Amino acid sequence: MDWQALSLSIKLSFVTLLFLLPIGVFLGRWLAYRQFWGKSLLQTLLALPLVLPPTVLGYYLLVVFSPQDGLGLWLLNTFGTSLIFNFQGLVLASIIFNLPFAIHPMQRAFAGIPREVREAASCCGMKPALVLWRIELPLAWPGIISAMVMCFAHTLGEFGIVLMIGGNIPNETQTIAISIYDRVQSFDNQAAAIMSFSLLLFSMLTISFTYWLSARSEQIYD
Amino acid sequence: MKLPLFKAQLYLGFFLLFFSSSIIKAADTPLIAAASNIKFALQDIAQSFQKDTGKSLRISYSSSGNLTRQIQQGGPFELFLSANKQYVEQLYQQKKTVDQGVVFALGRLALLASSHSNLVLDEQLIGLKKSLQDNQLQRIAIANPEHAPFGFAAREVLQQHGLWQSLQGHLVLGENAAQATQFASSGAAQAGLVSYSLALAPSLKNHVRYVALPSTLHSPLQQTAVLLSNAGVTAKLFYQYLQQEKAQSILSRHGFNRP
Repeated sequence: MDWQALSLSIKLSFVTLLFLLPIGVFLGRWLAYRQFWGKSLLQTLLALPLVLPPTVLGYYLLVVFSPQDGLGLWLLNTFGTSLIFNFQGLVLASIIFNLPFAIHPMQRAFAGIPREVREAASCCGMKPALVLWRIELPLAWPGIISAMVMCFAHTLGEFGIVLMIGGNIPNETQTIAISIYDRVQSFDNQAAAIMSFSLLLFSMLTISFTYWLSARSEQIYD
Repeated sequence: MKLPLFKAQLYLGFFLLFFSSSIIKAADTPLIAAASNIKFALQDIAQSFQKDTGKSLRISYSSSGNLTRQIQQGGPFELFLSANKQYVEQLYQQKKTVDQGVVFALGRLALLASSHSNLVLDEQLIGLKKSLQDNQLQRIAIANPEHAPFGFAAREVLQQHGLWQSLQGHLVLGENAAQATQFASSGAAQAGLVSYSLALAPSLKNHVRYVALPSTLHSPLQQTAVLLSNAGVTAKLFYQYLQQEKAQSILSRHGFNRP
């Protein structure tokens, strides 16, 4: 077991969640309650990572953040680092490819809260922030948690983008999925087998947990 | 109210973000970009380097072409071990290196097959030709000639033997020399034209058969080390170490010729 790669993966997943939680709550809620011009275009863009091959996203990120010119050069000159071949770059990539996994379940969860409940809350004089905190979040939490769990698992398993924009750098961008690939190429099938089996178990747990959550939330509404 | 869970998650995220990013930057362990064919030799050399100097290294393996691209795009490497001289030359012209580097070993090709494969292995590739004529051959693995020097050399050898055209449709391309070796050693491909140093890998012992090929049929595989512009003290020390007797004898043991 490559503990270094595993802890790097877990760290990447948590940092990604840290960013996606507010983004998902904000966008998910916005998309659930509001009608506005360009909504379907925005939804299309947000869902794109579901079907887009990860290598396509990886390619564009490489082009945009290449330190030879443009934005990448500016980042390099301003902050002394570009977003290629380092951990920060992986965080950005993970946020992008997890957007639909974060937003969709949250959007559904917010949309599932009956309108009368929200209206009753504001009729009683609750401010919008308080409505979110005391009424909406407690009702939507199964959706939010399952979104977070899916993002976490998805980040652990992402391979294509990570290899393209992260390279294969031990303790910086060598995640558990890359480490399995690296072990197979080192003819170390035993290590690859142990890590693969751990990820298999973890993925099964993740899926059963989200099923359990959604079954539970259905009971709440019944 | 389930909000405490949500809060705890946030704190944990913050904690991991700040705590672990400080660990990563802590030690001076230079990052080395190395062609995958040198993997097992380099592991031994790095171990002996650590014993002698107390310094450790981080190594990222891929094909030389891939690594060259990563260096051009600003990958944080301090030393590059390429499987040929051309990539180093290219980087030198783009002012990414301190000089033109040094050839520290010569690579060799081997014809390798899983011990379950019944292919006859010989230096002149007669067994391979026969198997192709008899329609016995399905897949032969080489590294991708576009960006892996060992793949390029394998193509030259097959061209010299007049086999390149007839093997189209039978070739399976590894992303680098190690992956090509893995295809052949696992039996997924019946044979592979791969690096001799990987054929000698300890973990492949008893699983593969191989024969080293004469180096006359391909342009020399000059394993070239070069310090990149941001190289630190440890990287420079290792660059010297690589050229010294201890490292050189490890390289010979792993199937490299001396330059």
